[in-house]
Amino acid sequence: MAKKKTFPIGGIHPDKHKITSDKPIVDAGLPEIVYIPVKQHIGSPAKIIVQKGDKVKAGTLLADADGIVSADVFSSVSGEVIKVEEVEGEFGYLESMITIKVEGDEFASSIDLSPDLIKDIPYEPQEIIEKIRSAGIVGMGGAGYPTPIKTSVPEGKKIDTLILNGIECEPWLTADDRLMIEKAEEIIVGAKIINKVLGIQNAIIAVDENKPEAIEILSKLTKTYVGVNVQVCKTKYPQGGEKQLIKAITGREVPSGRLPMDAGCIVQNVGTVFAIYEAVQKNKPLFERIVTVSGDECQNPQNFRVRVGTPASFLIEKCGGITENTNQVIFGGPMMGTSAVNINAPITKLTSGILLLSEELSRKLEETDCIRCGKCVDACPVGLRPFLIAQYTRNNMIDELKGINVLDCIECGSCAYICPAHIPLLDYCKIGKMEVKKTKK
Amino acid sequence: MLKISTAPHTGSSTDTQTLMRDVVIALIPAALVAIAFFGIGALKVIITSVAACVMWEYLVVRYLFHKPSTINNFSAIITGMLLAFNLPPSIPAWMVLIGAFVAIVIAKMAFGGLGKNLFNPALVGRVFLFISFPVQMTLWAKPNWKDFLNADVQTGATTLGILKHLDASTSATSLTHGNSALADIPDYWDMFIGYTGGSLGEISALALLLGLIYMLWRKVITWHIPFYYIGTVFLLTGVMWLATKDVRYEPVTHLLSGGLMLGAVFMATDYVTSPMSQKGKVIFAVGCGLLTVIIRLYSAYPEGVSFAILIMNAFVPLIDKYCYPRVYGTGRK
Repeated sequence: MAKKKTFPIGGIHPDKHKITSDKPIVDAGLPEIVYIPVKQHIGSPAKIIVQKGDKVKAGTLLADADGIVSADVFSSVSGEVIKVEEVEGEFGYLESMITIKVEGDEFASSIDLSPDLIKDIPYEPQEIIEKIRSAGIVGMGGAGYPTPIKTSVPEGKKIDTLILNGIECEPWLTADDRLMIEKAEEIIVGAKIINKVLGIQNAIIAVDENKPEAIEILSKLTKTYVGVNVQVCKTKYPQGGEKQLIKAITGREVPSGRLPMDAGCIVQNVGTVFAIYEAVQKNKPLFERIVTVSGDECQNPQNFRVRVGTPASFLIEKCGGITENTNQVIFGGPMMGTSAVNINAPITKLTSGILLLSEELSRKLEETDCIRCGKCVDACPVGLRPFLIAQYTRNNMIDELKGINVLDCIECGSCAYICPAHIPLLDYCKIGKMEVKKTKK
Repeated sequence: MLKISTAPHTGSSTDTQTLMRDVVIALIPAALVAIAFFGIGALKVIITSVAACVMWEYLVVRYLFHKPSTINNFSAIITGMLLAFNLPPSIPAWMVLIGAFVAIVIAKMAFGGLGKNLFNPALVGRVFLFISFPVQMTLWAKPNWKDFLNADVQTGATTLGILKHLDASTSATSLTHGNSALADIPDYWDMFIGYTGGSLGEISALALLLGLIYMLWRKVITWHIPFYYIGTVFLLTGVMWLATKDVRYEPVTHLLSGGLMLGAVFMATDYVTSPMSQKGKVIFAVGCGLLTVIIRLYSAYPEGVSFAILIMNAFVPLIDKYCYPRVYGTGRK
């Protein structure tokens, strides 16, 4: 096997905790009520086109993309719209959501529900992009950037490499891992679809070395597909960061402040690629995804196929409920996810995991003096100096923050993870970025 | 009731206290060698120094800073041990107390405490004592297994002291010509295990290397500073030795004698007073090595590690200003 690749500087090795990597994906089933947010992506919220009392099916359009940087939102269940107003989200704030009471389980008639794999791609690139757009697909790795924009290459830009991100470097999460094991061929066909849109024959599925089963299956299958290959990467956080992955795979760097396209690459999460396969070959809009429910306080950790809008509490109950020692519930991974206030908040297109963590695993919050150990500098995969960003941010030194490239921070949190003085370095980086951005407007 | 936090929601189990505790553990082999070879006097110096450093820090934080005590972060204990390691075993307790005062109160707390000081506190304390009490600070005990409880130790010269006083013309001949001063130089094995004269903690390269291995294993420090510091000294003296065959330049002796091992493993690697980036650490370490060789060979002092590190400490802010990693996606530096 070819050499394992990785990004050259920084990175950390948090405990992996991949305890669910051998748990097959199971259907989570249907809750009584789903809450479907109209904003599950970066950009403007979708415009609601249904009213209270409307009957919907799984796959019915609920809200229309508002502009280019936005995405359609579909119903994930069949039933009746009972509320079209704001509901408490995961942070406890009110968010615009469509509440649907589940009745039966009917799918829109256009969706091909057969389990057959369709390899043939008869569509033209423009048709494919249109199908992706009308399926409401966004980057499911967490960023939520609308996929149609990411796959439409503007005039003058040349893409030569499609990278499928199967790294999943966050601890605990195994949703992408399981998807690659169980839907390997669908993902490969998905890669062929994007290859066709881009007019290239070079898709690389990047998988990190702690997923041997996925590597084996994908390596075997890609032999029969021209233009799709597997590349094994070293297990290191944040290997799955878009810029880090491009550097690892191609040796190129995305110029500061620019997009992966400017390095000739497009990176898509394997979950997104699977959604593209379903949208193009099966006419299925994006309304369900794989979610890992895990954590050291989770009684029965599992990987679920979940309808968007399912309250997290529904999944938590399925895994044994919240224990007394549960200190935090995390939506997403422990490094970049969010710490939830309201566990009735729904799973969205972007929720890769629900984690129940004990206090033992929490990052300590009592801050002590910086001892200049330099561990943050060694850990930063971008080459920034987090300790200095913290100093400048504290003192509101905006020009100096600009001068040390604070805007290039990818917010991976490696610095705050490693800091022995428990300084919330990532918070300082985020605040610093915000302050710099303010002055630009 | 759920708690909330900002990302990341999990952290490394290593904190300031565990890092400092690991340094203390790494210092223990050298302390044991000192006690074994220099007897009960060495133990007294170590205990006095640690107790004094902890006391000064406690008093300053409690009565001047009016803040919660910081002595549980082990850093004062490290300073105390390192100060003791840099003293001769025969030093009177009151001098240790003064040295600890200078180290903690002047070199550390006056700058604002842990993380803020420019110079290595233990070295400042040591150099202060060295300049103030040159006689007591250079009474080098001869190591002795048998007289463990005998406080009246015999004194002799250190290896570097012997080399310093060699006349260049006579020493140009090799060891076989029977120069009487040369006969006093211990063999490599004695120097390696530490059966030689010197400061408490510097004598045994073996014990210090054990400490280094432990700290590398626990990821307390990286290999850069010790490697480049020792490597620079070895390379420079080695080249001079090959060119002149003068025994004063003999590289293995330079490696194993004096404070080089102690300085390169424990003093130059002090987080607070060394550069933040790996690049900066390499420059810092090479600078320490260069200055050590220059002072050892061309100054009035036989030993140069303390001064070399303190001088390079002063350059750390400058090194930090110009040495940092290249930022991803920006031009090559």
